[in-house]
Amino acid sequence: MNNAVKQPQTVLVLGGSSQIGQAIVDALVSPALRRVILAVRDPDALDVESIRFGSANVVAVGFDATETTAHEGFVADLAERFGDLDVVVQAFGQLGAAGLDDPIEAAELAQVNYVGAVSSGLAVARRLRAQGHGTLVVLSSVAGIRTRPSNFVYGSTKAGQDAFATGLGHALHGSGARVLTVRPGFVRSSMTTGLPEAPFSVDPTEVADAVATGLRRESSVVWVPGILQLVFGLLRYAPGFVWRKLDR
Amino acid sequence: MRTRQLELTGWGRTASSVATVVDASDDELDASTISELASPRGIIARGLGRAYGDPAQNAGGSVVRLTPGPIVLDPAGGTVTAGGGVGFDELLRHLVARGWFVPVTPGTRFVTVGGAIASDIHGKNHHTDGTFGSHVEAMTLLLADGTRRSITESSDPALWWATIGGMGLTGIIVDATFRLLPIETSRCMVETERMPNLDALLDRMESGDDRYRYSVAWVDLVASGQHLGRSVLTRGDHATVDEVAAEHPAAVDDPLVFHPPALAAVPRGIPNVLNKLSVRAFNEVWYRKTPLSHRGLESITGFFHPLDMVGQWNRLYGAPGFLQYQFVVPFEAVDTLRTIVRTVSASGQASFLAVLKRMGDANRGMLSFPTPGWTLTMDLPAGVARLGDLLERLDHLVLDAGGRHYLAKDATATPSMMRAEYPRLEEWLEIRRSVDPTGIWMSDQARRLDLY
Repeated sequence: MNNAVKQPQTVLVLGGSSQIGQAIVDALVSPALRRVILAVRDPDALDVESIRFGSANVVAVGFDATETTAHEGFVADLAERFGDLDVVVQAFGQLGAAGLDDPIEAAELAQVNYVGAVSSGLAVARRLRAQGHGTLVVLSSVAGIRTRPSNFVYGSTKAGQDAFATGLGHALHGSGARVLTVRPGFVRSSMTTGLPEAPFSVDPTEVADAVATGLRRESSVVWVPGILQLVFGLLRYAPGFVWRKLDR
Repeated sequence: MRTRQLELTGWGRTASSVATVVDASDDELDASTISELASPRGIIARGLGRAYGDPAQNAGGSVVRLTPGPIVLDPAGGTVTAGGGVGFDELLRHLVARGWFVPVTPGTRFVTVGGAIASDIHGKNHHTDGTFGSHVEAMTLLLADGTRRSITESSDPALWWATIGGMGLTGIIVDATFRLLPIETSRCMVETERMPNLDALLDRMESGDDRYRYSVAWVDLVASGQHLGRSVLTRGDHATVDEVAAEHPAAVDDPLVFHPPALAAVPRGIPNVLNKLSVRAFNEVWYRKTPLSHRGLESITGFFHPLDMVGQWNRLYGAPGFLQYQFVVPFEAVDTLRTIVRTVSASGQASFLAVLKRMGDANRGMLSFPTPGWTLTMDLPAGVARLGDLLERLDHLVLDAGGRHYLAKDATATPSMMRAEYPRLEEWLEIRRSVDPTGIWMSDQARRLDLY
């Protein structure tokens, strides 16, 4: 259960090796936090002994975003073992190669970023609805708000995931379960190492703090940094030639 | 029986969850209904929703609101038998006119008999009369298997003292018989004194409380420096007919008149107006308007339940809601009390209401809160950042002093705090498991604190 200052007791991170995912858990550390479940493709490869989140017990479990048929059973099994899931962070995702135009690779990217998000998101939502409380945090991206020519395949998967997340949030209204859709700009993390930084770049900790605040306020969407809400409000309507120019 | 899906919170309006809310009368709750409602996430009883945190909500499960039931007064024995769902408002309207008062009342009339026992509530007379549970003579408990058991302290001592203060986790309290206090009038004779700082207040309470049935102090937690802990101390007792005749001769014609006023309700959707500035202004006015010392008559509502005059006052904290933080520390730990007052004052948190009281002896309730010492209660707005850090500091201070927190107010405690503060928790859990082996009685608080 969350307590009155919205501190969770149990947090599940889908894509538990994600730097942003772990930074979010760090921001949620409090005396109330008891258990952190890191769901990763290969739990044996993750050194959970070396990962500390306050005094919480940390466990690693096997999870593959593309194994959609296993998702519902996976969530049910976790609830059976660990009880209620107070916060679930959907942190998995891939960036894909720059200028990606290979149909097979593109389909694989969509399989992880979109199909996996829909399937695991619905499996989590079913559980949260049954337990009458809990929040699914979906790591979307401003890349999905207006897709850039240089990474439009990635952008399109994020657009799909974002639309899914906000729609799911509305569908869950009144059930006690919530969705927090997070729209960061460029995040300096291992996923973006070597890439040129975009304006308004942030560190994973800034994303994490924004998520913690969003959870406390029960927000449905947070932009990181907040100014991007205004920036993308305008960029959405920028003429095509301007938008293409900005992407260089 | 009426069933609806509702989002519930406590009076503090924090940590909501959704449950199936069932309005049912006692006779509608049989074994098959209980087992149906209990699947898959259990049942908890809810009274009038005045516990501040999450003890009367049950995410994804069932929440039963018992229809009030009858009130049967036994004037010869000085007792009353009332349904568990009967509110103190209805009860007092029935009793006061007949010359009786409840043995213990909290700061509001809007609690039920069942809730009063489950929380083992206390009032301004704890130092003289103990908790509400100490005045109960018998009760009927609806158990997890759907049967009803009439219990007394001597028939089932273990279950009795697990139920008094047991947060509704041993069964639903269907009805209870408890002793009443005879009163001559519906007025109170109250002495009010202004205290310039905390030390003056503590001295005054230590030296004089025992001469009064009721005693409580309002403390200004916004004031700092030499004014730290400035306060208004009110002490008194029910007025006799002679006292009323001397002070207010016209009132003697109808000495037991009781028409609690309700001024207005706070509307929905207003923002948090209780910020540091407004609370500072309010506290200043309240403190200044109080004469240095005054003795006079007050109504039951004015003395015991002043906030009941403003309906839904909890909305004043806006959408994020608020916490009520209440702890008790032993009398020896008076330094801890001073440190906590200083810490809250320095934190800049606006505490609208802070109430200090000396508590008397504990009873045998395993999870009953009161122990001898100082108890301080304060409201804290929940929407501010870093509130968690302040609470963590306060929790440590309370724990280190051998103090404890009150489960009816609790909204942020942890299982390890619970074990440290309530040494009889294991004993209580054993009794709970013996009467409810599958955990049919379940609340958000029980999940949060591992009370199963």
